[in-house]
Amino acid sequence: MIEQETYKQHISTQFNAELEGVKNSLLEMGGNVERQVNDAVDCLVKMDTGQAEVVIDRDHAVNQMEVSIDEECSRILARRQPAASDLRLVLTVTKITTDLERIGDEAAKIARQCIRISEAAASPSNYVEIKHIGNYVVGMLQKALDAFARLDVELAVEVVKADKTVDKEYRSAMRSLVTFMMEDPRVIGSVLNEMWALKSLERVGDHTSNIAEHVIYLVRGLDVRHVELEELISQVEESH
Amino acid sequence: MQHHAIDITALGRSRVDNARPAENSLAVEGLQLFYNEDVQALHDINLNIQKKRVTAFIGPSGCGKSSLLRCFNRMNDLVDGCRVKGKIMLEGENIYAPDVDVAGLRRRIGMVFQKPNPFPKSVYENVAYGLRIQGINKKRVLDEVVEKSLRSSALWDEVKDRLDDSALGLSGGQQQRLVIARTIAVEPEVLLLDEPASALDPISTLKIEELINELKSRYTIVIVTHNMQQAARVSDMTAFMYMGKLIEFDSTDKLFTNPARKQTEDYITGRYG
Repeated sequence: MIEQETYKQHISTQFNAELEGVKNSLLEMGGNVERQVNDAVDCLVKMDTGQAEVVIDRDHAVNQMEVSIDEECSRILARRQPAASDLRLVLTVTKITTDLERIGDEAAKIARQCIRISEAAASPSNYVEIKHIGNYVVGMLQKALDAFARLDVELAVEVVKADKTVDKEYRSAMRSLVTFMMEDPRVIGSVLNEMWALKSLERVGDHTSNIAEHVIYLVRGLDVRHVELEELISQVEESH
Repeated sequence: MQHHAIDITALGRSRVDNARPAENSLAVEGLQLFYNEDVQALHDINLNIQKKRVTAFIGPSGCGKSSLLRCFNRMNDLVDGCRVKGKIMLEGENIYAPDVDVAGLRRRIGMVFQKPNPFPKSVYENVAYGLRIQGINKKRVLDEVVEKSLRSSALWDEVKDRLDDSALGLSGGQQQRLVIARTIAVEPEVLLLDEPASALDPISTLKIEELINELKSRYTIVIVTHNMQQAARVSDMTAFMYMGKLIEFDSTDKLFTNPARKQTEDYITGRYG
């Protein structure tokens, strides 16, 4: 169990600064990725291909951050040999960068779907599901990053729970899009692209849920990956 | 947590082997140690030292880890005014019982100190010493034990051509391995290592650590170390002590990744206690 001010208490102030540094870099990367998802959903809903190009371009910056944060983490491992919560922080940060980078990739994919859809017939769905699920996963991502920043396990558990809702909404959105395709085969092309975009959002939810699980590991030292939700909740309660 | 198909115990050599039942070699029960009427060095220590595993004691200077180690072969008997309450059971027998033969006890529980202390004799005689004082002088027996002990302490190849040279001519790291050979020549059950590598360079330190890992298949090992990474590297179980109290005792994996007590966490991560 670790507390809020934990990265200010080392005898070595330089070590404090290094850990505080990777933590802040990760939050900055998280902020960028959150904006990427938000903008990608936005451009799809508004069919704004200009903005889509911008999202695709900015993906490089996200990738670059992943590399530089991981570099800093391996430097800390080599030079400081961190233990206990410090070790968990460094491990967690490198894992979260991977998930954030993947979320960034999904955002770029959504932007690419936007460009493709704009070249075909407009989808009859008005992108209601995309907008809805998009807003939902962006909210989840915000919460997951908050949970990391504040070392808040309860909030992390909420995020894992929210991912189940995303999965459910995703399935029902798929069903309704299939209906559109059956009604009018001419829209199959654009609806298929819309489905790909939805699939990307569903993946964003999965990666965000991973981030929340990493936060639980960071704070409680509890590895809850590949554990059913009920089991996860009871393990978290037990570890309190 | 349950692990599935992959046997993760095979991944780490120092990971506690859960398949082997944890038999105790030493059991400390309500141990208190006083250096005189006012100075209590150990407060109500309870812990079990598991057989053929490495147990490390860590903690800041003056926390009582060396005092506790020295209780295991009654080295504290030599300190004036020192008094022990409670029990230490070795294979079920209290080593502080009045009828215990202390010399015999120290044969069963050998000790190696921080500074290598070979006798000013030849390499051979250093290792043979323990047998000679038991009255064993047959050359054939001694030759065999000396070679076996030096091989066990990973020193044989380095000294086999200079067995008659003075032990004082060996390097610090070699001297320390010689002392370990001398200790295991009398076939003890338990090896107590008090900062065995703190006076050695990093390579000699690694050799000692490698040796500890090999010896644990035959001996129960208890090590006191200031070097936390060393404790993390060599031990199966770790005890964190502070101000004469046992704060936390758990598997090394658990203690170094997710300690239960904040005091332990602060110490092993270098925070203000």
